[in-house]
Amino acid sequence: MRNLDHNAGAPLKPAVAAAMAIGGNASSVHGIGRAARAAIEDARERVAALVGARAGDVVFTSGGTEANNLALRGTGMRRRLASAIEHPSVLRAVPDLEILPCDEDGIVRLEAVDGPALVSVMAANNEVGTVQPIRDIAATVRAHGGLYHCDAVQMAGRLPIDMGELGIDLLTLSAHKLGGPQGVGALVAGPRVGDLAPEMRGGGQERGRRAGTEPVALIAGFGIAATLARHEIDDRARIAALRDRLEAAITDMAPAARVLGRDAPRLPNTTCVTMPGVAAETQVIAFDLAGFAISSGAACSSGKVGPSHVLAAMGVDPCEAATAVRISLGWDTTEDDIGAFTAAWASLYARLGHARAAA
Amino acid sequence: MAYNDKVLDHYENPRNVGTMDKSDPSVGTGLVGAPACGDVMKLQIKVNAQGVIEDARFKTFGCGSAIASSSLVTEWVKGKTLDEAETMKNTQIAQHLALPPVKIHCSVLAEDAIKAAIADYRAKAALDTTKKAS
Amino acid sequence: MSGNGTNGETAQRNIRLPIYMDYQATTPCDPRVVQAMLPYFTEKFGNPHSRSHSFGWEAEQAVETARGQIASLIGANEKDVIITSGATESNNLALKGVAAFYRDRKDHIITVKTEHKCVLDTARHLEQEGMRVTYLPVKPNGLVDLEELKAAMTERTLIVSIMAVNNEIGVIQPIAEIGQICRERGAFFHTDAAQAVGKIPLDVEAMKIDLMSISGHKIYGPKGIGALYVRRKPRVRLKAMIDGGGQERGMRSGTLPTPLCVGLGEACRIAAAEMVTDNERLRRLSKRLYDGIVGAIPDVFLNGDPDQRIPGNLNLSFAYVEGESLLMAIKDIAVSSGSACTSASLEPSYVLRALGVEEEMAHTSIRFGIGRFTTESEVDFAIETVLKHVGRLREMSPLWEMVQEGVDLKSIQWAGH
Repeated sequence: MRNLDHNAGAPLKPAVAAAMAIGGNASSVHGIGRAARAAIEDARERVAALVGARAGDVVFTSGGTEANNLALRGTGMRRRLASAIEHPSVLRAVPDLEILPCDEDGIVRLEAVDGPALVSVMAANNEVGTVQPIRDIAATVRAHGGLYHCDAVQMAGRLPIDMGELGIDLLTLSAHKLGGPQGVGALVAGPRVGDLAPEMRGGGQERGRRAGTEPVALIAGFGIAATLARHEIDDRARIAALRDRLEAAITDMAPAARVLGRDAPRLPNTTCVTMPGVAAETQVIAFDLAGFAISSGAACSSGKVGPSHVLAAMGVDPCEAATAVRISLGWDTTEDDIGAFTAAWASLYARLGHARAAA
Repeated sequence: MAYNDKVLDHYENPRNVGTMDKSDPSVGTGLVGAPACGDVMKLQIKVNAQGVIEDARFKTFGCGSAIASSSLVTEWVKGKTLDEAETMKNTQIAQHLALPPVKIHCSVLAEDAIKAAIADYRAKAALDTTKKAS
Repeated sequence: MSGNGTNGETAQRNIRLPIYMDYQATTPCDPRVVQAMLPYFTEKFGNPHSRSHSFGWEAEQAVETARGQIASLIGANEKDVIITSGATESNNLALKGVAAFYRDRKDHIITVKTEHKCVLDTARHLEQEGMRVTYLPVKPNGLVDLEELKAAMTERTLIVSIMAVNNEIGVIQPIAEIGQICRERGAFFHTDAAQAVGKIPLDVEAMKIDLMSISGHKIYGPKGIGALYVRRKPRVRLKAMIDGGGQERGMRSGTLPTPLCVGLGEACRIAAAEMVTDNERLRRLSKRLYDGIVGAIPDVFLNGDPDQRIPGNLNLSFAYVEGESLLMAIKDIAVSSGSACTSASLEPSYVLRALGVEEEMAHTSIRFGIGRFTTESEVDFAIETVLKHVGRLREMSPLWEMVQEGVDLKSIQWAGH
């Protein structure tokens, strides 16, 4: 099985697995507990370094979903806005969320930002890979006295991101999207964010911002993954080249196929491409049988197969959107994988696609 | 929490643990703290005719820092006059042992203990003088 | 003994130092749990919510198997098990979630003064939001008085939250009786069973439990995972605390961490299979530890009911020896002077205070937590170490000296500071 669904989650890197052989309760005062505490603080620094933050800003959570919820609910900002293409964990975090529209490439429009508010706009979209103009968003939000929350789950470890330099106030990370373990993530809350009201109450861990025994093995793995992610960031030109080759091959053989969001800045590893006349679900099953894991959308909707809210927000025609699949590459993707996938795509298209009808 | 090496040294090899005869007029005894607060220190000094502390002994119920603070104080006061010993400040103890903020009260207690022992000795001496005078 | 024994092998016995005796703070992962989890970190790394390929299906299958293993240990239907990040989240979700859903109809919560911090903290938060909360006292043995529970209940009582086994003193509350009382009076019954699952038999049907919190790392599973049992028949509804992709029947969003789910499931499977033999062994070791210490030196007291308790927990007060100095002395044995969450603070344990243990005794308590991997020679080493250092510290203790001289400590006017 070749994994071309890295945005859903990637295999643990071997060095990450090695770092995870640690136990103990970090709140215990004995030596074993103190070793656990030290491992957590080391990881905190590593995670902070990945995104240009201070270690003290990092609040470990059970994952990206919890971190997004905490960001939307915890800052005390009454008015909250988010782009239409956000992850459901942002869109469903608060009942009175105001939605910011986006253009056909998936870039958010900020006209509605006209006063102090928490504004949540993801760094890069999980389905299409569109990268938002983060610096401009931050400047606009700040000029209106608000706080900018950036869900960087898909961008961290793929492109460089520096909270301080870009002006991001809150940033969400998920370990398993950057080669770390599932079950851990972080909300990084920068200096402009005051006290975060905790969602999880109890033993006062994470400086009162998130209670619960810290999963030391997961956090240690997250830390190493954050450090190793730099290699992948450095590898981005190679990955982008593979992705571009794939897109070119597909559009060459099927001019009617469309790469969505192609004209906007995108993650180097992600492509969302249509196969005219072939339903996304049919494609993923066929590709699975052929030995490729891809996705027909975000892998979070508990099996609900519905039209993508992201593609809808970009104004993609529903019939066309129904034929779009996401292919996402990663550190272990090779030229051979791309060659094999291109061949499989061609064969499937010849069998089921409009190409057959035209022939 | 991790302990400083000096605290560990005093804790593992406490100096001058013991008891002197309370009724001896040359001995001053200070008993400070409370069991309910988690620390009690008993500090005793033996003072010679020149007003110099010849010997000191302690017993402490308390955490490692409390034991170390009292052990350190017994070392420091030996050979000092009462007036010199009285000027000792808890900050010196806390600094020497590098006590973290949550343990500062241990050094305060040690300062209280030495002051109480000196006061006890002086009270006894005054009583003794009164007795002799009458 | 000195510090240089740490991490080495003791000369006399083949035991590794430090010895771990803090099984209530956390447990090591059972090697079988680790083995079960490993493939899901590497080759079977799929996202269990990916419906489009076999990586996802394989992960989903593994999660559902684990859910079945969790359910089976507590006599539940697997559909009623919600996976969370741990018992803290489960407890928060149970109380906040139920309160948010039903608060217009009922606004009273009953819990107990000796609950885990995360239950108490959540209850306080709900109080600030306008709920009424009764914090029941406990008897000197640590158990809830059922008559007091009945007296506290009204028709406004929405939920009763009482832990199955206390984390500090190991006492087992009369869960079945509490369940019966709650059912009769139409209140939901939530139990924080983090310390109980896998250690005492639990059956959500027989015990009439409506919600139950479970922790992975207290039962030889991984950290970062837990579960909340939420009854469907009759149905308990709750408002989710973490919103997003709508996983876990909408009650808990977020990608399920497959390896951790597998680990929790395997931990539950092992617990179910080995509970009886594990307990028998622990009872023997616990008795050995208790007899070895209490039989040898005076003025050592067991906190909590001597019979209604799990064998893995011995909370002892060593009169006239301050707990933290004893912890330092016996540093080759990793124990705790209270719950791990609060032991960094100087306050004596609120649990012991609730039992009516006097402050001076509460300051002298040590929790010995033994478990699946504790050996007899470790217990013997612990006894030897404790006896030696309690003796040494008592020789250094002015209180011990006064008591030996016949002074009644209560007769003294202590100057507090």
